[in-house]
Amino acid sequence: MKPIYLDYAATTPTHPEVVKAMLPYFTEVFGNPSSIYSYGLEAKEALEQARAKVANLIGARDEEIVFTSGGTEADNSALKGVALANESKGNHIITSSIEHHAVSETCKFLEKRGFQVTYLPVDEYGLVNPEDVKKAITVKTILISIMYGNNEVGTIEPIAEIGQIAKEAKVYFHTDAVQTVGHIPIAVDELGVNLLSMSAHKLYGPKGVGALYVRKGTRLVPFLHGGDQEKKRRATTENVPGIVGFGAAAEMAQREMGQEAQRLTHLRDRLIKGILERIEDVRLNGHPKRRLPNNVNISFNFVEGESILLNLDLEGICVSTGSACTSASLEPSAVLLAMGLSHELAHGSLRMTLGKWTTEEEINQVLEVLPRVIAKLRAMSPLMKK
Amino acid sequence: MPENVRTLYSEKVMEHFRNPRNVGDMEKPDGIGHVGNPVCGDIMELYIKVKDNTIVDAKFKTFGCGAAIATSSMVTEMVKGKTIAEALEISNRAVAEALGGLPPIKMHCSVLAEEALKSAIDDYYAKRK
Ligand code: FES
Repeated sequence: MKPIYLDYAATTPTHPEVVKAMLPYFTEVFGNPSSIYSYGLEAKEALEQARAKVANLIGARDEEIVFTSGGTEADNSALKGVALANESKGNHIITSSIEHHAVSETCKFLEKRGFQVTYLPVDEYGLVNPEDVKKAITVKTILISIMYGNNEVGTIEPIAEIGQIAKEAKVYFHTDAVQTVGHIPIAVDELGVNLLSMSAHKLYGPKGVGALYVRKGTRLVPFLHGGDQEKKRRATTENVPGIVGFGAAAEMAQREMGQEAQRLTHLRDRLIKGILERIEDVRLNGHPKRRLPNNVNISFNFVEGESILLNLDLEGICVSTGSACTSASLEPSAVLLAMGLSHELAHGSLRMTLGKWTTEEEINQVLEVLPRVIAKLRAMSPLMKK
Repeated sequence: MPENVRTLYSEKVMEHFRNPRNVGDMEKPDGIGHVGNPVCGDIMELYIKVKDNTIVDAKFKTFGCGAAIATSSMVTEMVKGKTIAEALEISNRAVAEALGGLPPIKMHCSVLAEEALKSAIDDYYAKRK
């Protein structure tokens, strides 16, 4: 039997339809889009069609989409790009304490180069308070970067409210929407963002391709210097097959998102409810309602996440955890700690993220296996007092 | 183990992880070791029963990763039948080797096992005085 995959937030399989759309661009239409003969022009055309599809998915104009190698590059380019281009205006950046490493590590890097960064706290659900953003703004503030949907706990941040505040203060606003794009409807104008990061492999596109939405007029330095590609914003020969795949995935998401979000929300809530009913001493992490349709994150008291994960793997279920034991730094998830969880609860956290191929039967299977695994581990836990 | 499951651990580690030996409480132990892992925050408890200077039984409880559970299981197996002096010779490397090795990032978990054993022996001495 194929293992049950419940880690769609880590990556999604590339949809067969997407692969099919990509294939000709490896072999037949292999031209360099910068070349002006037929092979090149055909590739260029495909590139621009894909750009239109991605733009369409988030309500942007085509020329506001800059393709990148993924979400991490989009985040890096947004932050460093704005910081370097606006140094003369100020050196202050506002972000949250639950950002993806692609944002938080970039902020730390910028701090070492003389920028000042405010890391806003979050509440127990992982929500940033827009009022805190407002209060943190100074004359020196050049950028606000707050993620849209959190990759670990699924909490959806009040982006539109923050966008309004940023607009009034005339400060650039970036959001990392890697987990959100293609999963819930997005319109950049409603959000009031200047910059928005996306990644293709989180919405059934290929790995190695993403994009940064850059609102017209936003000042930032080029991501890569060199040729004239991407209107001189990012040099390097374009990853045509990857970008075509991103376009196909964006088109598919636009078509299916509404129904799929409903289906996943139903499965998500069944899984959450099922676990809360069957297992004692558990805690749902993240917001119960303001939550990505596919995210379940639960802490199990008295047990450690890697040993839950391994036991589930042996039973053919693939999940992830915020436990210190599975991170290279041996630090527990910073997101969970920022939400006020103790080390122990962060240790026993499990993330299950659902997707296109998740079925009702799979959820039933998890609900059958998980209580057994937790009971087994609790029986050997010194924290479990009889 | 089903063939299609691949893990970061050796087969021996996974075997002990799946079927840990000597799990649970012990009635009236002669020594109790209780240690916390300063690296990642995990906890191990080890209980020993001693007769004529020989460890006749050992049990454990562990809150930790796969390597922590497997090394606890292995160390309890290794000490049984050993004299106290012999048991004190058991190093974390020996435990890891007996398990067919551990990934480098998991060696600190075997240190926890060694320390739990030493702490249990210390407790045994302290109680005898
Ligand atoms: S006990 Fe935490 S890494 Fe092994």
